[in-house]
Amino acid sequence: MGDALAGWPPPVLDPAGPYAGSVTTLAWILFAMGVLVTLVVVAALWIALFGGERLRARVGGTKAIWMAGIAFPVVVLTGLLIYGLTLTGNLTAPLRGDEMRVRVTGEMWWWRVAYLGRDGQTLMLDANELHIPVGQPVVLELETSDVIHSFWVPRLSGKLDMIPGRTNIMRIQADEPGIFGGQCAEYCGGPHALMGFVVVAHAPQDFARLMATRRRPRPAPVGEAAAGARLFETAGCAACHRVAGTSANGMAGPDLSFVGSRRSLGAGILPNNRGTMTGWIGDSQAIKPGNRMPAYPVLNANELRALAAYMDTLR
Amino acid sequence: MACKPAPDATQHVPGADAARGREAMARVGCGACHDIPGVWPKGRVGPPLTGFAHRSLIAGRLPNRPDILADFVRDAPRLVPGTAMPAMPLTEAEARDVAAALYEAGNG
Repeated sequence: MGDALAGWPPPVLDPAGPYAGSVTTLAWILFAMGVLVTLVVVAALWIALFGGERLRARVGGTKAIWMAGIAFPVVVLTGLLIYGLTLTGNLTAPLRGDEMRVRVTGEMWWWRVAYLGRDGQTLMLDANELHIPVGQPVVLELETSDVIHSFWVPRLSGKLDMIPGRTNIMRIQADEPGIFGGQCAEYCGGPHALMGFVVVAHAPQDFARLMATRRRPRPAPVGEAAAGARLFETAGCAACHRVAGTSANGMAGPDLSFVGSRRSLGAGILPNNRGTMTGWIGDSQAIKPGNRMPAYPVLNANELRALAAYMDTLR
Repeated sequence: MACKPAPDATQHVPGADAARGREAMARVGCGACHDIPGVWPKGRVGPPLTGFAHRSLIAGRLPNRPDILADFVRDAPRLVPGTAMPAMPLTEAEARDVAAALYEAGNG
């Protein structure tokens, strides 16, 4: 697997930032409490079955039932609830308002990514991969354009559903640069299991450099890639795919403006290189059955190679 | 399957490791185009590579020998101009591992 896909499935209980951190701490505490209560219940059961007469009478007594059956759970669960809400307060605390904002829209079976400006205007479109600077919260506006999906990058935050007609707010933060895998966590039909996501966290200066590179106009493709660019228009790719700075502005499929720099292909499922790109364009249905891109058996070897070369230049 | 000897001594790849080869194939995504036993996915753009040890030719052109196969998986267009298979991001050692893995792969 490519670097983006190493360690699949994405590791849980291995937080890389404060939001995943509080979720992980709470998970361990709930687990520990669960173990403790299970041990006490098993011990009580053992006494009830095999204990001496006096012990058995005490376990079955009114006082024991009031104490262990009612008072103990009420006190412990109330305490856990208060502690849990306090601990995970960072997930729901009011926003400062100056955070970096990104809208991530669930699609069957990929993710539309829009980097937003201060006033909510779209600055840049991308798909299936999100770049963030380390050490600061990034606010995600989670939406869906079809069915319910669930956004989950376990090392950066908890899960949050994407619900038709709603915008759900999630924060993520990475404390160190790295690549973090994600996965749709709500069954959304067909190839749901093949709906992965990649978050790449950069040092702030690297992040600024990346965004500046992306805003710069690209030189026109040359050689094989130029042939690929022409084919992209004539073969109909542009009906579904957008490439910034060209006449290709289809919005049905993933934005390909920066597809050459993506770590993965097919929404976080394959490494991205010319070979996998060739296989994806030629017959993505063999790779991700049911996805909405048809197979293109009409393309010959030269055309597939040219298209893959063009995709490689879109960085 | 992993310990099955290559059916032909001429297909032995000295110093190569089929297990590492399978990892390399998964890492670069050979399965995007090929059906290879033990490798996901099962692409259909290129030919299936099942039972590759018994294949006479590579890409219908080249004799199926370990040194040629290792060269081919790394830089197919150099050996077979016009092929849809691009050069793949493999080191020479990895390409030899991949060749060993292909010879070891059964019929899936």
